[in-house]
Amino acid sequence: MLILTCPYCGVAADETELAPGGEAHLRRHGPDSSDSDFEAYLFLRRNPRGLHLERWRHAHGCGKWFHAARDTMTMEVLGTYPAQVTAPPPEIVHASDADTA
Amino acid sequence: MFDAMSPKTGARYEGRVTVAEAGLSGMITLRGALDTIAQPVADATGLEVPDTLGIVEEGGRALAWMSPDEMMLFCAYEDAADLAARLAEATADEHALVVDMSDARAIFVLTGAETSLRETLAKLTPADVRPEAFPAGMVRRSRLAQAAAAFWIANDGTLRVMCFRSVADYVFALLSHAAHPEGAVDHF
Ligand SMILES: [Zn+2]
Repeated sequence: MLILTCPYCGVAADETELAPGGEAHLRRHGPDSSDSDFEAYLFLRRNPRGLHLERWRHAHGCGKWFHAARDTMTMEVLGTYPAQVTAPPPEIVHASDADTA
Repeated sequence: MFDAMSPKTGARYEGRVTVAEAGLSGMITLRGALDTIAQPVADATGLEVPDTLGIVEEGGRALAWMSPDEMMLFCAYEDAADLAARLAEATADEHALVVDMSDARAIFVLTGAETSLRETLAKLTPADVRPEAFPAGMVRRSRLAQAAAAFWIANDGTLRVMCFRSVADYVFALLSHAAHPEGAVDHF
């Protein structure tokens, strides 16, 4: 069972209190983009074996969207961080580096 | 004109704990930056903005933290419309929203030994309800089986459970079942 700590309210929320939002930090490609960029934005996801940055919503709680860094193989949670960023914070990147070293 | 009715008027179950519907309760939703709502609320009620996940009670009213930009004010049912109108006026210049939502939700009051109250909850929610994780004065929003709910231990030692009106029947049945006299686990 996955437990993620919501960065807004600090609650260690059970997976069933959360709503998944898929891969994080997608760059939106709109109507003016090329067909391949638009296709990638809509349909192509990383699905890595290892570190995955993803979006979750504290649905049965404070209601806020946030980010989580999770290892898809071990289910280890490297951390959670607020939604208003386009890249993971340094401590998450370092944690994942240390993990693969 | 119809008389206002609480979702489960008079509902009561006596088991290891007593589950009773609170009856008509005033509930006012406050949304916006909490510090901009703080002063008008303090002026109108004397209540201070609670800490994250907190609830403060005074003089029959309570103010609960619901999210980084939402609080709920509990008051007498008869006072809600007036109070909401006053607060809406006082926050008119702010990016804030005040709405009387009294009829949208149901509140159940559970009384009994604290260990039994915690056990009743623990059967239904994934939330950590041990005393250290869920002390009095903390509001935990979570779920009870399949329905969203918020719960807190009030100053008077009762456990309050709030859910949407549409699932009041279901939540009352859940709580009653979890409080069945022969359902003791004695975990706490
Ligand atoms: Zn939260």
